[in-house]
Amino acid sequence: MKQEQTIIPIEVGRLIGSVEQFRNEGYRLAQIGCTKVGDNSFEINYSFDKDFVLQNLRITVTAETEVPSITGMYWGAFVYENEMHDLFGIQVKGINIDFKGTFIRTAIRYPFGVSVAKEEKK
Amino acid sequence: MTKQIIVPFGPQHPVLPEPIHLDLVLEDEKVVDVIPSIGYIHRGFEKLVEKREFTEYVFIAERTCGICSFIHGATYCQGIEQIMGIQVPERADYLRTIWSEYSRLHSHLLWLGLYADSFGFENLFMNAWRIRERILDVMEQTTGGRVIQGSCKVGGVRKDISNAKLAEMSRDLDSIRKEMEELTTVFLKDDTVIHRTRNVGVLSRQDAYHLGAVGPTARGSGVAIDLRKTGYAAYSELDFPVVTDSCGDCYSRCLVRCKELFTSVDIIQQAIAKIPDGPVDVKVTGAPNGEFFMRAEQPRGELVHYLKGNGTKFLVRSRIRTPTLTNIPPLVKMLQGCDLADVPVIVLSIDPCISCTER
Amino acid sequence: MGFFEMTKTALRTVLSRPATILYPAQAAKRTPLTRGHIVFDGSRCISCSICQRKCPAQAIVLSKEAKSWQIDRFRCVMCSSCVDTCPSKCLSMDPVYTAPTSAKGVEVFTITYVKPPKPEKKEEPKQ
Repeated sequence: MKQEQTIIPIEVGRLIGSVEQFRNEGYRLAQIGCTKVGDNSFEINYSFDKDFVLQNLRITVTAETEVPSITGMYWGAFVYENEMHDLFGIQVKGINIDFKGTFIRTAIRYPFGVSVAKEEKK
Repeated sequence: MTKQIIVPFGPQHPVLPEPIHLDLVLEDEKVVDVIPSIGYIHRGFEKLVEKREFTEYVFIAERTCGICSFIHGATYCQGIEQIMGIQVPERADYLRTIWSEYSRLHSHLLWLGLYADSFGFENLFMNAWRIRERILDVMEQTTGGRVIQGSCKVGGVRKDISNAKLAEMSRDLDSIRKEMEELTTVFLKDDTVIHRTRNVGVLSRQDAYHLGAVGPTARGSGVAIDLRKTGYAAYSELDFPVVTDSCGDCYSRCLVRCKELFTSVDIIQQAIAKIPDGPVDVKVTGAPNGEFFMRAEQPRGELVHYLKGNGTKFLVRSRIRTPTLTNIPPLVKMLQGCDLADVPVIVLSIDPCISCTER
Repeated sequence: MGFFEMTKTALRTVLSRPATILYPAQAAKRTPLTRGHIVFDGSRCISCSICQRKCPAQAIVLSKEAKSWQIDRFRCVMCSSCVDTCPSKCLSMDPVYTAPTSAKGVEVFTITYVKPPKPEKKEEPKQ
C-alpha cells in the first residue's frame, strides 16, 4: 500500500507562506482537521495531496490565537474553517464566506472545545 | 437593476436523500449566488470516540452513513491496523475488496435511481432500484445486513464466504451486468435525459482541482484522482482503469458513474478468481499508540480517516473527512448562473451524502 | 439521439410479476445470516457482564444480585458483538426481526444458571 505521508510542524506566522508554496507547486487541499491535545491547546493539521503523496502542516494554538485563513489561496477551505470555528472555538480571521457561528448549530457552543471540558470537570 | 429574491432549497426536498439547506439568490429565473448551510444531522460521532473502546468503535464508524457504510468501517479498521502494525491475512483483504465493490455498486444504483427521479423519470428510478435489490440480497446472504454490514473488525473480517458461494456470486454477476447495460443505455442515449443533463452545471478542470472536488465530480471534469490506485486492501493486485470524462457537466458525471458500475463488476469477478485460501482474522492485543491518515475511495470520492491514539483503549481523536464536505464548494461554483429548474439535477449530480458530512 | 430506449424494459416489467413483496401479508425476506433479534438463554449465563461492556449502544444491563439480564430492544442495533464475545455461548442471533410494539420498555430475563457443586473441584489439586 503506497500511502506516504509526512507531518511538518510549523509556527502560526509561517502558515500563509508555506501554504502559498504548496499552491504554487500544484498541491490540492485534502482536509483541515483539529485535535484537542490539552486543556487549552489544539493541533490543527492542514493536509495537501499531489499524486497520492500527503504532506501535512501542523500548527499548535490555543482558543485565543488568531489563525489566518487560507481561503485566499484555496477558495474551498471555508467549509473546514467554519466547521473548526463552530465545533472547537478556534478564531479564524479573514474567511471569504464567514458564517459567524451559524454553519453548524449545536445546543452547546463549541462542543469539542474548551467550554464543555470545563463543565465536565465541575 | 433586477430585484434579487432568496428562495430556500431544503432541508426537506423530494430529491434530497438527506437534509441540506441552500439559500438561492435569484434574479428572474437565474441563480446568481448560493449560500449553503449544514448541521441538520450532526450527531457528534467524533466526541463518542472518547467513550467507546477502539474495538467497539467500528460499529459506530459504520453507522456514520447508511449508503456507504461498509467502506467507513473498513477504512477505520485499516487505519488502526496501520498504527498498530498488524498485518491482516490475504483472504481478509480480498473479502474486504469484494464487499467494498458490492457497496459501490449498490450506492451507484441508488444514485442512478434518485437522479432519474430528479428529472421526473419515475419508471427508470424504480428499475434502477429493482437491480439494486439483487445486490442487497447478496449482501444480506453473506453478511447478515442489507445496508449496515457489520463484518469488519480490527484484525480482519468476522465472517467468511465459502468458495461455493463465491462461485455462485460470480455467475449471478453476469446476469446483473446485462440488466445494468440495458439501464445505462437509457441514461446515456435517451433524448429526453440528454436534454436535461447536457451542458448543465459545468465545472472546468481548473476549478475542479483547486476547489477540492473528489470522486466522480472531479473525474467528470477530467481530473484523474482515484484512491484505489494507492493499492490498499487487495487493489494492488487487481487491474482496473480510472474512468474520466472531459466535459464537466451533469451528463459526464452520470457517464463516469455508469462506467464505474461495469468496472466494479470486473473487479469483483477478478477478485473471486484470485482469492487465496486461509484464515480471515488475526488476534489483536494491545492498544494503538500513534497517528495515521488513512485514505480510501468511497463511491463519492476520497475519504480521509485521521486516527490518533495514546496507548489506552480509548482513542484521542477520530476525524472523518467525507467526500461530500469537500464537494460543497464546487457545488456552489456550479450553481452560479444556472436556471432554477436545473438546481435539483445539479445538486444531485455531486451525490450528496449529508449524513456522512456531518457525522 | 435515441427515442423509446425505455420501451423494452417497460414492456417487460408490465408483463412480469411485481418486484415487491406484499408485506405484512407475505413474510419479509430472511437469510440464515440475517441479524433479527438477540435470544438469551438464562440457564447458561455465568453473569460475567462482558456483553454489557462490549455493547456499543449500551442496551444490556446485567444485575448479579437480582439475577436479571435485561435488554432494551429499541437501543439494540443488532451488531451481534455480544453474541461473539459471550464466553458461555448463551446468546444467539435469530433471523426474525422484533415485532412492533406500542410502548417502549426493556425486556427482563432471569438467570437460572446454577454453578456445579464445589467439593468435587477442590479435591483434585490436593491429589
